[in-house]
Formats: sequence, C-alpha cells, structure tokens
Amino acid sequence: MSGGVDSSVAAAMLVASGHDVVGATLKLWGGPSDSGCCSVADVDDARRVAGQIGVDHHVFNFTDAFEADVVGPYVSDHGAGRTPNPCIECNRKVKFGLLLERATRLGFEALATGHHARVVVEHGEPRLRRGADRLKDQSYVLSMLGADQLGRVVLPVGELTKAEVRARATALGLRTAGKPDSQDVCFIHSRRGRGAFLADRMAMHRAELVDSTTGEVVGAVPAGELVTVGQRRGLGVALDGHRRYALTVDVRARRITVGSAAQAVGVRIPLERTSWVRVALGRGERAYAQTSAHGTAAACTWEGDAVVFDDPQPLVAPGQTVALYDAADPDAVRGAALATAAT
Amino acid sequence: MQAYLDHAATTPLRPESLAAMLPFLTEHFGNPSGSHAVARRARVAVDEARDEVASCLGCEPGEVVFSAGGTEADNLAVAGVHGSGRGTVACSAVEHHAVGRTCDALGGTTVPVHGDGTVDLDALAGVLGPEVGLVSVMLVNNEVGTVQPLAQVAALVHELAPRALVHTDAVAAVGWLDVAALTAVADLVSVSAHKFGGPKGVGALVVRGGVQLAPVLHGGTQERGRRPGTTDVTGVVGMAAALRVATDTRTRTVARVRGLRDRLARGLLDTIDGVTESAAPGGVGDGAEASVGADSTKVAYSCHVRVAGVDQEELLVLLDDEGVRASAGAACASGAVEPSHVLLAMGCSPGEARTAIRLSLGYTTTGDEIDHVLAVVPKAVERLRA
Repeated sequence: MSGGVDSSVAAAMLVASGHDVVGATLKLWGGPSDSGCCSVADVDDARRVAGQIGVDHHVFNFTDAFEADVVGPYVSDHGAGRTPNPCIECNRKVKFGLLLERATRLGFEALATGHHARVVVEHGEPRLRRGADRLKDQSYVLSMLGADQLGRVVLPVGELTKAEVRARATALGLRTAGKPDSQDVCFIHSRRGRGAFLADRMAMHRAELVDSTTGEVVGAVPAGELVTVGQRRGLGVALDGHRRYALTVDVRARRITVGSAAQAVGVRIPLERTSWVRVALGRGERAYAQTSAHGTAAACTWEGDAVVFDDPQPLVAPGQTVALYDAADPDAVRGAALATAAT
Repeated sequence: MQAYLDHAATTPLRPESLAAMLPFLTEHFGNPSGSHAVARRARVAVDEARDEVASCLGCEPGEVVFSAGGTEADNLAVAGVHGSGRGTVACSAVEHHAVGRTCDALGGTTVPVHGDGTVDLDALAGVLGPEVGLVSVMLVNNEVGTVQPLAQVAALVHELAPRALVHTDAVAAVGWLDVAALTAVADLVSVSAHKFGGPKGVGALVVRGGVQLAPVLHGGTQERGRRPGTTDVTGVVGMAAALRVATDTRTRTVARVRGLRDRLARGLLDTIDGVTESAAPGGVGDGAEASVGADSTKVAYSCHVRVAGVDQEELLVLLDDEGVRASAGAACASGAVEPSHVLLAMGCSPGEARTAIRLSLGYTTTGDEIDHVLAVVPKAVERLRA
C-alpha cells in the first residue's frame, strides 16, 4: 500500500471478497523527495486507509535493499551510458523479490498490489495480461515476472479502469480517492531533477556531439551521462534547421553521435537479461515488443538475442526494458529483456 | 493469550495514579497560578505532588521542575545549561535521541561505549577539559538495559572538567533502581511519568540548588521561570502517585520481574540456536547464557536479544499475530524500524542490528505471559528460518 488510490482500492476489494488481508507499506527511500512513494504523508494515508477498511498495517524498511538494488545500479548505469528503468528494478528486486519472499515466510498466500495489469490462470499456469484500462496498463513494468512469482501475485484493480478505481474509492469514502497519480522516479526530487541527483553521486563529463554523417564535431553537452539514445532535447539544431537526435552515447569516449529524425529509428534491438513468464519464444517466432511504459507494442520477430521489428521504430536506449507480448494473444506478456548497445 | 512485553515503550497506568487524577479532570479544575479558592485547591495538589516527587527522587521540592515529559526534561537540561554559557556539551553514544540529538544540535561531543553499552571512561576522560559545561550520561539505557557507572562518570567529570555539570536521563531507571541514591552525584536528572505507571506527556527535571538554566521555552513564571506554561495539574498529580507506588514497591517488583526476565532469557537461549543477549552482564556476544541472572550492570526488566538469521520486522509481525507485543528499537517518522544507534554504537553491524528484538517486562508482567512468549518465539523463529 503506497498510500495511493490504486493500492487502497486493491486492499479494499480483497477485504470485500473475504480475504484475510494485512497492509504493508515499504519505506524505500531515506533521502529527500517530494514525489516519492514513501513520504511520511503517504505512509500515513496507507495506514489510515488500512484502518478504515479494518486491516492491520505494517511499515517495512527496505531502504538498504533499495539503495543497493535500485539506486546504486541507477547511478552506475548512467555512468555506463545506459538508461535504466528504476521502477522495473524495484519491482524485480524489492516488491516482487524481497517483499514477496517476506510475505511467503510470514505465511501469506499471495502478494497483492495496485498495478493495472491482470494475472490470469490458463491451463493451470499463471499468465500476465494487460490491464482493463489500456491507458493505465502497467504490464510493461511487471513483464519480467516469472510464472513462479505470478502464481503468488494478485492484481485486483487490473480489471478496472482508473475511473472505476476512483469511483470505488469515493464510494468507500477512502481518503486517497482524489489523490493524484504518482509521476516520475520516486527518489528524485521534482525540483532538483535527475541531473542534480546524479551529480551528487557521480562525476559528470562533458561530451562532444558528432554528426553521424559527416563525422564533424557539431557541439557539446555538459554531461554525456544525462543523454539518452533517441533524445532530442538539448542537442541543438542542425545546419539544415532540423532537430538533432542522439543516435549513440559513448560515455567513456565522451562522444555522442547525432543525426536526423530519419536516422533515429531502427529495426533491430539487441537484448540481454531475457526472462520468460513460462515458455520462451522460439527463434523466428513472431511477437509484439513494447519499449517504454506507455508506448505501443510493434510487431517483430524474436531472433534469440534480439528483436527485429517489421517497420522501423524509434531508437531504444541501452538499459531500457523491452516487454514481449504474444503474437496470437497480444494482451499476454511472454517475457522481457533489456536493450543493450549494438555490437 | 496476550503478552505485553513492551513496558520500556510505556507501561500501564497504575490504578493509584488514575484514582489520584480523576478529581483533577472533574471538580478540581483550577489553574494553580491563580489566587482564589479554586486555584488554591489546584496549587495545593501541585505542591503536594512536588513534595512527593522530591521525596522519591532524593531532592528538595524546589529542585523539581515539572515538564511535558522526558524529552522536554532532557532538552531543558542540555540546552538550558548550554544556553547559560557554561560551556560545551558531551554525551554518550547510546543516549536517547532527546539527549543525543540535542547535544548534536549544539555542536556537542559524543563519547563511545563498550560492547556492553557502558560508556568508555577512557574516551570520556579524553574529551573532558575546562571548556566543558555539561556531560550527559543516562542511568539505564532504554533499548538494551545497560546500567551506566554514573558515580565513576561524575567523579571523572569533577576531576577533569571542573566547570561541568552532570546530567543523567533516568527515564528508563525509575522504579527499577534506587534512583535517589544513584543520581545523587548528578546535578540534573530527567524522569518521565508514563515509564513508571503515570500518564503520558508529563515528566520532571531535577535541577540541584544553584544550577542556572537558560529558558528553552519563553512565557510565564511557572516552575520559577524554568519551564513556563500552565502546570498540568492532573499530570503531575498522576505522576506523583505513580512514583510513590513504584518507589515503595520497587524491591519486591524487581525481585519478581528479575526472576521472570531470567526465565525468559534462559528459555530463549536454551531453545533457539543463534540467540545472543545484548549487553549481557559479563560482556556482549559471548557467555550470555552463563551470566543470566548474575547481573548488576543490567536493569531487571530488559531482555534484549539478537536472533541470527531472522529479520526483526518479520519476527515482530509473527509475534504480534500471536499476541506478543514487543519492539525492535527505534522507529522513524513513517513507523519503519531503523537500525538502532545504540546497537551500532555497541559494535553491532547494521545487519546484526536488524536481528534484534526487545522484550521489556513491567510491573504487570505475569508468569503466564512469559510462558506464552516462550511457546511462541521458538516457533516463529523456526518458521522464519525455514
């Protein structure tokens, strides 16, 4: 229970259906934050909602694990020129890792969250499907969960639209009914931003912008670590008046190649750290790949260590998660992998 | 079956305290600062409460400053002395945050402790000097129960820091040790009513004759200007009644509770592998079993253990499910358990600190409660280690 409306309603739905529910809020981040999931005010909201629906509530301190497994890699990935997704790492390591293990040790049959996605059992096996509200669907950030985890996960609000979630919260008189959705990365202060956060924890380096066609140095950025493949903002304008896009980022060489919008697309994404819900895709098998949390999935072919899109797609930065969906059943997650730099 | 073993957090209100307070919540509502009959009735009650508290703590009535609890008393002692221009402040590394963070805020010095939680007297000697104005060392540590060698601390302070006053936070000691005798060496002594069966939100600071404090709060002249604000008549009456009972029954309660505590500690050590008693007399981390019951350096009610391989947050959830109310040390603002600064100061790693639970007994603790805990904890540990 993050103190938001989705997990509040998820808990209330489980109580209403007769389950023995205990609320837990994770204390993940000890540093300053204003958008976070673990401010004292948010924990208070979670505690008050738990009291309102009549369940016990615990606050678990996972700050050390969050630092080691989420924040640390987030920083080092930037240093290596990758663009990490810390929410996915938090889900992988903390929420559906440590917390799920804890819940199991404490004798709970399942861990429920307020994610907008659905766990359905097909042929005796749990599968992950997109949530009923396509605009709020969060199957992407859960796409790395395996069947062994999904079998112990319940996502009650996945059957509802966000509007329905809020309507239920209002009907129940939950204090979180009108609370705005959380945005951005929970441990980064919205006013200070990502650059200031990273600058406190790592050295930043100026990087040259090199035109991919001519090989000429056409500019520079103060911190190459903050540039993401596919990025347009902050890279200046080419002589022909068109926007420049980052095509490759080489932090060590302090070199970013830039090019036109027409160049900032690709058909092949090399992948690493692939995981499958249950059955791996076979080489040459068709699938849909989604490369950002709220992007659309595009038709592709699985090649064993890469996906190849049918049509050119915007570039995907190394470190980003690519969620793979079933070709015949496009709402069903098959697996996930991380984009890696082309070799 | 319930077993309330969190008396170090707070202990039930004593019936004598409740009975003493009720008239002051109803008919005797006067403000003791006034001059008419209704005010005078309240004033008499405050005077009598002050006499009672002074008698129990071994000081003069005029030396008792009523406060809104232990934290306020600690703040008044440390910040009051510092503000009077007497000199710098120093405290042990295992103080309650009410002392430690006040000391930090004033740029004070922190003195390390040994593995059993007792203050390192050599290190203390090293920080003492003519510039020091206050040294604060608690009488009993609230987390692990270590009794500090206050007389030795005071002797050292008088020898090496002649200007310095000695403050002791005796919040965790009242009702368990002869506080009047043990704190006679201190210039300032903090107590908190709800730790010995009085109400929450009221406490006192003993300020020995002649000690000047700069005010921390500004306002009226109550408590001779040392703590302004309308006196909590009900609170101080309840505190005095509880303190009287706690003092009069102390010897008997200590003997009984020590027996229960030793049975609890021995039971945990005997039935669960990998249990270490923190601040066990005779040294932390080893020989804990042999030393159970033979202590003079640990308060009678405290059973603080570390259970190898078990996360304190998980153990507390299972214990709570079984009706065992225990604690894991300090909580942050959100309610999450934080690694104890006391255990870290005693040399535990953060990982070890996360295996600690505090089972604190009190005047209401029964043998049945201990039996219940001894039945529940081993099963919970077994489950968490599976």
